[in-house]
Amino acid sequence: MRKIKLREIAHARSGDKGDSSNVGLIANDEKAFNLIKKLVTPERVKQHFGGIVKGDVIRYELPNLHCLNFILHDSLGGGGSESLRNDAQGKTHGQAMLLMELEIPEGIE
Amino acid sequence: MKQPLLIGNGQGFWGDSIDAPINLMTDGPIDYVTLDYLAEVTMSIMQRQKQKNPSRGYAPDFVQLIKDTLPILMEKNIKVIASAGGVNPQACREALFTVAKELGFSGVKIGIVEGDDILTRLPDLLDAGVELRHMDNELPLSSFKEKVLSANVYLGAIPIAEALAQDAQIIVTGRATDPGLVLAAMIHEFGWAADDWDRLAAGTIAGHILECGAQATGGNFSRWQEVPDFANIGYPIVEAFADGTFIVTKHSGTGGMVTKDTVAEQIVYEMGDPQNYISPDVCVDFTTIQLEEVGKDRVKVSGIKGMPSTPFYKVSLSYNNGYKASGTLTISGPDAHAKAEKCAEIIWQRLKNAKCSFAETNTEFLGLNSCHGDILPFPEQVNEIVLRVSVKDQDAANVTRFGKEIAPLITNGPPGVTGFAGGRPKPQEIVAYWPALIKKELIKTSVTVEGV
Repeated sequence: MRKIKLREIAHARSGDKGDSSNVGLIANDEKAFNLIKKLVTPERVKQHFGGIVKGDVIRYELPNLHCLNFILHDSLGGGGSESLRNDAQGKTHGQAMLLMELEIPEGIE
Repeated sequence: MKQPLLIGNGQGFWGDSIDAPINLMTDGPIDYVTLDYLAEVTMSIMQRQKQKNPSRGYAPDFVQLIKDTLPILMEKNIKVIASAGGVNPQACREALFTVAKELGFSGVKIGIVEGDDILTRLPDLLDAGVELRHMDNELPLSSFKEKVLSANVYLGAIPIAEALAQDAQIIVTGRATDPGLVLAAMIHEFGWAADDWDRLAAGTIAGHILECGAQATGGNFSRWQEVPDFANIGYPIVEAFADGTFIVTKHSGTGGMVTKDTVAEQIVYEMGDPQNYISPDVCVDFTTIQLEEVGKDRVKVSGIKGMPSTPFYKVSLSYNNGYKASGTLTISGPDAHAKAEKCAEIIWQRLKNAKCSFAETNTEFLGLNSCHGDILPFPEQVNEIVLRVSVKDQDAANVTRFGKEIAPLITNGPPGVTGFAGGRPKPQEIVAYWPALIKKELIKTSVTVEGV
């Protein structure tokens, strides 16, 4: 078992839709895409974001872009003009995602 | 037919770089410049302005831009499509005509697209049984109708393309989708049919890649260290072909970069279900997009598949939902975090003593947790920290009272507190967003092109 930081193998951008944010997580290559598909599950993302995400995390796959798109429901304190948060639009959620550490099982490069 | 057609976007939102559109027009060849000026909050502000003064309610920045660039536009025959009309495209056109006359230009044809603003039609629509239920919580609008500030349908590319067909050089729209501004140019120039779903999808993706300006050319890119010359970042351009393929690029000599990775990041920006991206013109499957680097700062986009559009337009309504305010204090020195916690505790206690309560409060520590919560452990000591406290309530008086409780901490709380500037925080109106759907047949768009 070894640990790597998600930002070593992927990049990301986030935006808002109402009170949800989305994080598009893009793997640097196909090998990295297979790895994040296995390890960056909706459950793992929900746990990573802790108190920030109050609702469900939904995951979509875009193999053509080596991308996983996550919808973080109820993650913006009301969203837009209603939110009292400094980051009311989830602009920084992509960078937050990249803080994740992955544990790579033995036998996988 | 001109191929490739060069379309650039010089304004991702109202408040984006004022130099970017001018640079797009002057730093290299360009056929069309699109500009996006509207957001939900903007529409409500513009309705208020129009109610006070019938000749306002649009984006005056756009009029200034045309004042600065009309000679270039006329000389190079560049067309401009801008969602600058807000809730008063006619007044915007009048202001543009005035500018053209002042500059001594005749024969400038300006088109406007209207029909998106349904604020005055709302009572009739509700009476006729159009419920305009909230797309997320499914509540009907009727119980909120007294509070509505603005109501606009997101129009698509077709009426804009009609204005181009009538030979408009500048087109001002009210509420229109951002990708529609770009797609309209392609529909007009390439003669695409309104049910040519794959090509409409391709033009929509081109518009989506352009719509946030420099976010496609290195702005906001994760590996920011790789991005050259942010200060002179070039705004994105597509070189579009009639078959629906296009190349994303920027003017040579500008900063920033266009790679598969910068384009891919913009493609996934604000994305929902990638296989069903819904616009008024077409539904798009993002999993069909193919990216290929075909040169320095050149990414070819192809393979895009579309599906028939839905029978609905999306309506963006805004309504008043109370007031909010935020105040900040900077706390420095030993135990900065602990002192900031103490400051927050004191503020909330004093407001409680004053019998002042709120619908919601929030306490954040900028430098520690305002963006990423407790994803990473806090450092034991920080040199300084910014306390940000916020409240919201239906009663503006409560929010005003809150604003008076920040500055006193500089002298009557823990030491090392500073950074209170700009006066007491004032209540800001909360303009809440109400997305709904409306049948397309209920909306009549109108296109008029006039010249001076």
